[in-house]
Amino acid sequence: MPGSPSEPYDLVVIGAGPAGLAGAATAARLGLSVAVLDAAAQVGGQYFRHPAPGLGAARPQAVHHNWAAFTGLRRRFAASGATYLAGHHVWTVTREDEAAWSVHALAGEDGGTGTGGGTRTDGSRAATGSGTGGGGTAAGRGGHEDGRAVGADRDRGGSDADADREGRTGSDADGECEGSTGAGTDGEREGRTGAGTDGEREGRTGAGIAGFRERPVRLRCRAVLLATGASERQLPFPGWTLPGVVGAGGAQAMLKSGLVLPGRRIVVAGSGPLLLAVASSLAAAGARVPAVAEASGYLGYARRPRALAANPRKLLEAAVHGTALLRHRIPLHTRSAVTRVHGTDRVEAVTLSRLDRDWRPVSGTGRRIACDALAVGHGLAPQTELATGLGCATRRTPDGTHALVLDGLQETSVPGLWAAGETGGTGGWELARVEGELAGIAVAARLRARPALTRGRRVRDLAGRRDRMRAFAHAMAAAHAPGPGWTAWLDDDTDVCRCEEVTAGSIREAVTALGARDSRTVKLFTRAGMGWCQGRMCGAAVACLAASGTARGTVPDAAERRPLAVPVPLGSLAAGPEEPGDG
Amino acid sequence: MARTPADLVRAEPGPPFEITFDGRTVTALPGQSVAAALWAAGILAWRTTRHGGRPRGAFCGIGQCYDCLATVNGEPNRRACLVPARPGDAITTQEGHGHAGLAV
Amino acid sequence: MSNDTSDVIVVGAGVVGAACAYYAARDGLSVTVVDRGPVAGGTTGAGEGNLLVSDKEPGPELELALLSTRLWRELARELPAPIEYEAKGGLVVASDAPALAALRKFAAAQAGAGVTAGEIPADRLHDVEPHLSPGLGGGFRYPQDAQVQPALAAAHLLRASGARVRTGEEVTAVLTGANGRVRGVRTAAGELYAPSVVNAAGTWGGEVARLAGGHLPVLPRRGFVLVTEPLPRVVRHKVYAADYVADVASGSAALQTSAVVEGTPAGPVLIGASRERVGYDRTLSVEVLRRLAAQATALFPVLAGVRAMRTYAGFRPYLPDHLPAIGPDPRVPGLLHACGHEGAGIGLAPATGLALARLLAGAEPPLDLGPFGPGRFAPAG
Repeated sequence: MPGSPSEPYDLVVIGAGPAGLAGAATAARLGLSVAVLDAAAQVGGQYFRHPAPGLGAARPQAVHHNWAAFTGLRRRFAASGATYLAGHHVWTVTREDEAAWSVHALAGEDGGTGTGGGTRTDGSRAATGSGTGGGGTAAGRGGHEDGRAVGADRDRGGSDADADREGRTGSDADGECEGSTGAGTDGEREGRTGAGTDGEREGRTGAGIAGFRERPVRLRCRAVLLATGASERQLPFPGWTLPGVVGAGGAQAMLKSGLVLPGRRIVVAGSGPLLLAVASSLAAAGARVPAVAEASGYLGYARRPRALAANPRKLLEAAVHGTALLRHRIPLHTRSAVTRVHGTDRVEAVTLSRLDRDWRPVSGTGRRIACDALAVGHGLAPQTELATGLGCATRRTPDGTHALVLDGLQETSVPGLWAAGETGGTGGWELARVEGELAGIAVAARLRARPALTRGRRVRDLAGRRDRMRAFAHAMAAAHAPGPGWTAWLDDDTDVCRCEEVTAGSIREAVTALGARDSRTVKLFTRAGMGWCQGRMCGAAVACLAASGTARGTVPDAAERRPLAVPVPLGSLAAGPEEPGDG
Repeated sequence: MARTPADLVRAEPGPPFEITFDGRTVTALPGQSVAAALWAAGILAWRTTRHGGRPRGAFCGIGQCYDCLATVNGEPNRRACLVPARPGDAITTQEGHGHAGLAV
Repeated sequence: MSNDTSDVIVVGAGVVGAACAYYAARDGLSVTVVDRGPVAGGTTGAGEGNLLVSDKEPGPELELALLSTRLWRELARELPAPIEYEAKGGLVVASDAPALAALRKFAAAQAGAGVTAGEIPADRLHDVEPHLSPGLGGGFRYPQDAQVQPALAAAHLLRASGARVRTGEEVTAVLTGANGRVRGVRTAAGELYAPSVVNAAGTWGGEVARLAGGHLPVLPRRGFVLVTEPLPRVVRHKVYAADYVADVASGSAALQTSAVVEGTPAGPVLIGASRERVGYDRTLSVEVLRRLAAQATALFPVLAGVRAMRTYAGFRPYLPDHLPAIGPDPRVPGLLHACGHEGAGIGLAPATGLALARLLAGAEPPLDLGPFGPGRFAPAG
């Protein structure tokens, strides 16, 4: 069976968001054996995160402007025959030889075994069990997720409306998905509920530290598609560690998946297009949003009129959010930032300050806004650690993050490793879907030695759309790039590293007194970035503070390396991986 | 205008169940994470930091920041934003590393 | 003295270079330290900070280690900022009675050289290390073993030295005068002048020697360290299995692993040690990590449920006879070497630095440097 030592999968896709789903569906449809691993219990990734079935959401599209596009993609994936392994946290990818990769994952990590509703989306059981099913097909899993929502879409009829509206020409991709949902569902569900549930339960209530529930799983494959998405970038400020301060994307995620809000009066702040979407959905869900603070102006966009004109849908989206803001009477403050949070054990108010061109607060402009929560974020940073661990080249994006360098067909600088979506630079779900499809075709062309696949009209069309959207993403990143003056928000006693509670003052001392000039050295001297999150929250800030040392002798900051993409219990590591098909 | 997130998506959740937070009963809905159930009850903090003893709760909401670590049924360092709530779960505020019992 | 001229240039801002700068400056010399990377950016930053006498048999390296142990104790008091110095002692454990007998013999030989060691019988191991696995054969405790945080130690030594530190500047040439004597180095940023140049480039010391026309066969010997989530003190000593000593002494290029487990003041437990000669390949090896985890959890079963949060590789500067090169280059007047300390560089740094400083001052070194003479690798003819 595919995945076993004797017969690897053709392609393992890491991440079941729009890029991963599109890539997997495309490659599987072209005849490759494909497995998709994802940490969550349901497909969709961060953007299309949606309530677990147990919450019985009849209209998940109310928090998703492009829900129909997602359900179309999900159906296409379900029909493709790709194996879907939910609840699999990939911790590293290693090269076995010239033609084979190993993807190492933990199954049954936090939350990996499905959310509520009495179901377990534990694909791993099949993958590592008796060798019969190889994890079941995407049809079963995709179809299982929320029968209700699928039904609702079908009733509406226009499930692929978005795709059509784009004027997509080649019907090959979307045409096939209809009528494919039911098939695997029942058999699959059986696989999920059986013996696995009890074992799982035991693990949960086990002997604390001595027990561990995570099983190491290894999948072998001939090619890897990294569709690991992005995480929100944060810039610290006094009070940002108070409960009630949450990531803007985090607030959105908690709303989309758990139908909850962090408070009743929520200020939204930071920078980037996500803020408007977050503000409008928080408001639609019943929160008061007394202010949205965008640290940039929007003039940056106007400087790149061509990228704008080529992407009318992006403008439309912005207009939709803008209209929502008006409807909810949410004031938008540009060139403004929350520079302080007030409260002792939780948020009571924030100080909103005007910023100069460099994002330095203009003195005397601070005003206090009462609120009980703050949703804050500064755009997204690609999650590239699996790739950088394998030596993939990165590039610096206009807003200062590090993205993978990709060729015209989505391959990284390391042959055999492809990437799609945010890993190549933040650009949104639609770009991710297009790149995923391109990558799927490219992988099939390589593995099946069918170069003609990449020369068709479909590839030209996809590549053209990708390039247009990338140009827009580039313009957007430039418009929202953090100004160098943001560090003026920090007091010396502001915690920059949330995990290890390392203050701005001690980081500055490491720079000025001990000569640290880069993040790694700051980390070695102060422990900033050495905690649980491995620098995901403080990395951007630490890099800025480190670079503030003298210019001469500056060591350029590289993309962060995290050889373990998620923490791995030593017991799981010691046990060694299970091979699909073992036992 | 919808008054709650559940109204917005016309949710008809399965039957609610109870979990506890530091001994206090909290109602959770099937499909919610531990963090979501706690947020719904107005609880934003369930951990204190190792050095400063300061309160923390969910921050990134997607399992990346590890700020939401909680002790779930006696087991420390579970990511509350990912762990699904299940009937009878006992959530307790995690102090520091959560492993005080191991100290020698 | 102008900005580009000093009494001595130290190539390498790791812990050995920092110690050389510290002791040379204390003797009144003006010092410039130059490194192509950041402070502690090479093997120092990847080290665990072990200051060990327990793993060394009687001989020149043990003498260097014993002197260093005393010096680190002084430095921990002298340096103005904490370097996480902990005199926690080492504990070497034997799997069974024959292994314990071998340890007993090893410790008896060390005792003659000034090493203190006390036998811990099997039934008392848990008083010393409560989380150790049951069924072990006993062990030896070495109270002289200690630990520092290596990057902080290097940074504070450098700072206290008052040396000019030029990071991010790669040395591209060693400048020599008409008589063949060293007169400085060239970097991308320009020329730096000094009558003496110290090669403290660690694993890259062979390249620096070559730039000057010298010869040192330094090879990288890769090691991985696993770092756990923060814990309270669960491991009191530096604890390692008896076979570690044999692995350290081996010259094999093949993978060897033996469990070395220790806590840190910051909370995480550090797990080593692997050795293999694979060049400068940083790629993660799942097999190495599996072995380290298996050996560590065999010693401390409690660690099975603890998470490894990160791992990193470092490259020990390995010389064929496992001894560092300390002293003047036989062919290039003015060039001195202080590199090749393999996995013991943090521990051996102060004695190395002190010895170098004495040589630079034309004084008697604190111990016989004969066995460390860089000339021992001179190519035949």
